[in-house]
Amino acid sequence: MTDLLEPRAIGRDLVRRDGVAKVRGTATYAYETPVDRPAYAFPVQATVARGRVTAMDTTAAEALDGVLVVLTPFTAERLASTEDREYAVLQSDEVAFRGQLVGVVVAETSELARQAADSVVVTYDERPHDTELSVDRDDLYRPDALGDGAESDTSEGDVAAAMAAAEVTLEHTYSTAMYHNNPLEPHATTALWDGGQLVLWDSTQGVHPDRAAVCEVFGLAEDQVRVVCPYVGGGFGAKGEPHANVMLATMAARAVPGRPVKLALTRQQMFTLAGYRTPTIQQVQLAADHRGRLQAIAIDVVEQTSRVKEFAEQTGVPTRMMYASPNRRTTHRLAALDVPVNSWMRAPGECPGMFGPEVALDELAETLGIDPIQLRIRNEPEVDPETGKPWSSRHLVECLREGAQRFGWADRPPPRHRDGDWLVGTGVASSVYPTQRMAQSTAIVRYEDGRYVAEIGAADLGTGTWTTLPQIAADALGVPVEDVEVRIGDTRYPIASVAGGSSGMNTWGSAVVEAARTFREKFGRDPADGDEAENSVDQAAQDEDHAPYAFGAQFAEVRVHADTGELRVPRLLGVFAAGRIINPRTARSQFVGGMTMGLSMALHENSVWDDRIGQVANHDLAEYHITVNADVGDVQAHWLDEHDPYVNAMGTKGIGEIGIVGTAAAVVNAVHRATGVRVRHLPVTLDKLLADLP
Amino acid sequence: MSNSSTSGVGSVGAQPVPARPSTMDAEISLRVDGEVRRLTVDTRTTLLDLLRERLGNTSPKKGCDHGQCGACTVLLDGERALTCLALAVAYDGAEITTADGLAPEGELHPVQQAFLDRDAFQCGYCTPGQICSAVGVLDEVGRGWPSHVTEDLTADVSVDTALTHDEVAERMSGNLCRCAAYVNIVPAVQQAGGVQA
Repeated sequence: MTDLLEPRAIGRDLVRRDGVAKVRGTATYAYETPVDRPAYAFPVQATVARGRVTAMDTTAAEALDGVLVVLTPFTAERLASTEDREYAVLQSDEVAFRGQLVGVVVAETSELARQAADSVVVTYDERPHDTELSVDRDDLYRPDALGDGAESDTSEGDVAAAMAAAEVTLEHTYSTAMYHNNPLEPHATTALWDGGQLVLWDSTQGVHPDRAAVCEVFGLAEDQVRVVCPYVGGGFGAKGEPHANVMLATMAARAVPGRPVKLALTRQQMFTLAGYRTPTIQQVQLAADHRGRLQAIAIDVVEQTSRVKEFAEQTGVPTRMMYASPNRRTTHRLAALDVPVNSWMRAPGECPGMFGPEVALDELAETLGIDPIQLRIRNEPEVDPETGKPWSSRHLVECLREGAQRFGWADRPPPRHRDGDWLVGTGVASSVYPTQRMAQSTAIVRYEDGRYVAEIGAADLGTGTWTTLPQIAADALGVPVEDVEVRIGDTRYPIASVAGGSSGMNTWGSAVVEAARTFREKFGRDPADGDEAENSVDQAAQDEDHAPYAFGAQFAEVRVHADTGELRVPRLLGVFAAGRIINPRTARSQFVGGMTMGLSMALHENSVWDDRIGQVANHDLAEYHITVNADVGDVQAHWLDEHDPYVNAMGTKGIGEIGIVGTAAAVVNAVHRATGVRVRHLPVTLDKLLADLP
Repeated sequence: MSNSSTSGVGSVGAQPVPARPSTMDAEISLRVDGEVRRLTVDTRTTLLDLLRERLGNTSPKKGCDHGQCGACTVLLDGERALTCLALAVAYDGAEITTADGLAPEGELHPVQQAFLDRDAFQCGYCTPGQICSAVGVLDEVGRGWPSHVTEDLTADVSVDTALTHDEVAERMSGNLCRCAAYVNIVPAVQQAGGVQA
């Protein structure tokens, strides 16, 4: 149990400190770093999905005036470590997926670099590729561990027996599409190798993890590498771990010592080199008694991984803890394919994994004639079903009830309600995200020129860290927030964990609180100029006796045109119980942003895989649709005033991801209410509705 | 089973491309954020790359380079335009205003202030483009331009009819925001347009 900080600055609606720089456009992102005499790099990518590079003719490229260097697998430096095969760029002639990096050109201008890259002629020994995900494959395998480290399969009781004996059962297959994170800022690096020192101005969700990966791959000591990243133009997981582009930029810079090299992926290149979310196929089973009490819940997940590097999205994980049931099973099976490397995307596991089960519950509610909110309340577990531990706090029921009241659930229109040419329906689904704190982060607090300065290598991806970390530091020091400055986004500051898993503020804030406490212990209330103290996350004090999660309830209203199937979502409303909110302004933007990305997943997003060539066919923003302004109506996020004494000194649970969890299910459930059509495979495009509209 | 094939990258075929003159240059003059800039450009250079890589003005952003995201939007001779789709050589003599040039240093344009007030952004990468686009929208409304969702094309377009939620959302839909600040962008544009949101 932790004594929570008394909130003075915490909880205040403060305008973003980096706001003026962002509205003028003067905040400098990685590629934009002003440097002397930059050179420009452009990658060469494989044009076969599998095979071997037999030759690369770089003559024409090298003949161009202004080309500085062309690197190929035959000429590039040998890396110190090729253990991580995603990072082992230009180390082998093997091609493992279409779009893999097979070369890079560095030139005096960006136009020239691109022209030269186009002039490189690559000859391949092409082999047949295998890129088709299916539950019918005979080579599906059980991964040793899931992406979050959890075990791949769990089983309790006897699901099959419960399914055979239960009054009501449900068994359906649901699927989510392949998704690409697509932050608006492409993955970009400015890299300078000079005198044995490397500086990377990189777009990353964590400067220290970024540095650690680069040091490992290139065999450099940490004091040889500095990573700087004050601003990130969106990440959503795609910049959580560095991708191959960072290694390529570093390699390019090392080939032209003393020249800063700029490398930004194109939007098209991001569809093969910057990670993505695997498509998921979810076989869900539910068994219940006539009152809706679950007797069994099971999810068997099939998804893909790249042969280059395994990533097993933890899709079945939320089913392990979400609802009470005596019999439960979760499994994950992977197909290892000749595809690009998949990785983190906002709420890996929870986001796709709360689609199938939350739609299945809606189907069960309909079968039983029970209100879907009531059905969820009847299956509320007293303790965490997975671990048996008590919840640190769980207010799902309160979220459902408050959401119902705010949304007007009781007055919801009847099934297949018609308003003119439009069919109107409403739906609900639950949200969940684990509360995580990373083991390692350190902060320095210093008294400098009459102000307090907190330094930590944390990141602001638009999440608000520049603004919210000072609020925490101010309360930890007991001073007005105006007297606190933070410095983040640079490995010159103490080590910080990645901005991922909604753990950023939980972790960095804890480090700042510890450093502030040490500062006050050493220097009291009246420090001298230059006094400073350093301290770290106190992992020993982390509560292990409770199950910490944030919860939420999301409501959607949809309107489906009775003749065309056109689908509109005029209203989304979410209520969250996510611990203490540091800054309601930036928090609301995160919740609403997550819900809107969930809307995008429900209606639009779908990386269309072309198995014949092994590539995403719609690999740009004209054809990979994300929500635009006109798709979005009234999106409201509310939260409960939740005080959780077990999570950390701030009482925060993390809010970057939970907003996207459950939205798509709420929309699908509303579409069913409006039309009677149950869509089990995302996205809900109108071709899936038209044939069966009433 | 394996087969052997040869393929190039991009549009290049199997045969090596003969070297050709690497660049063709042209001299142009532009006024950027009030300052006249005269320079020699590779004729392949887009206005966006010229601003970002030649003039060091990184207020307009590159999000897609294909006119699909709107992050590169500036005011070009007073109207909003996508600089990634404009070859610089074709704009000799043009006047460009980026988000950084909308207000003198230390001050903010009303649209910028409204974006700040309404938290109409998160990561900030699409923001300068959104803001230039919004300035363009307000000007277009002032000039009586209808939009795709304007119901009565015979009626006068005014601030009252053209700055409703649906009108603003439609008019701003060329600017993608992956952080999805849309529900804050609309009231920000309305606020800057003098409409109570």
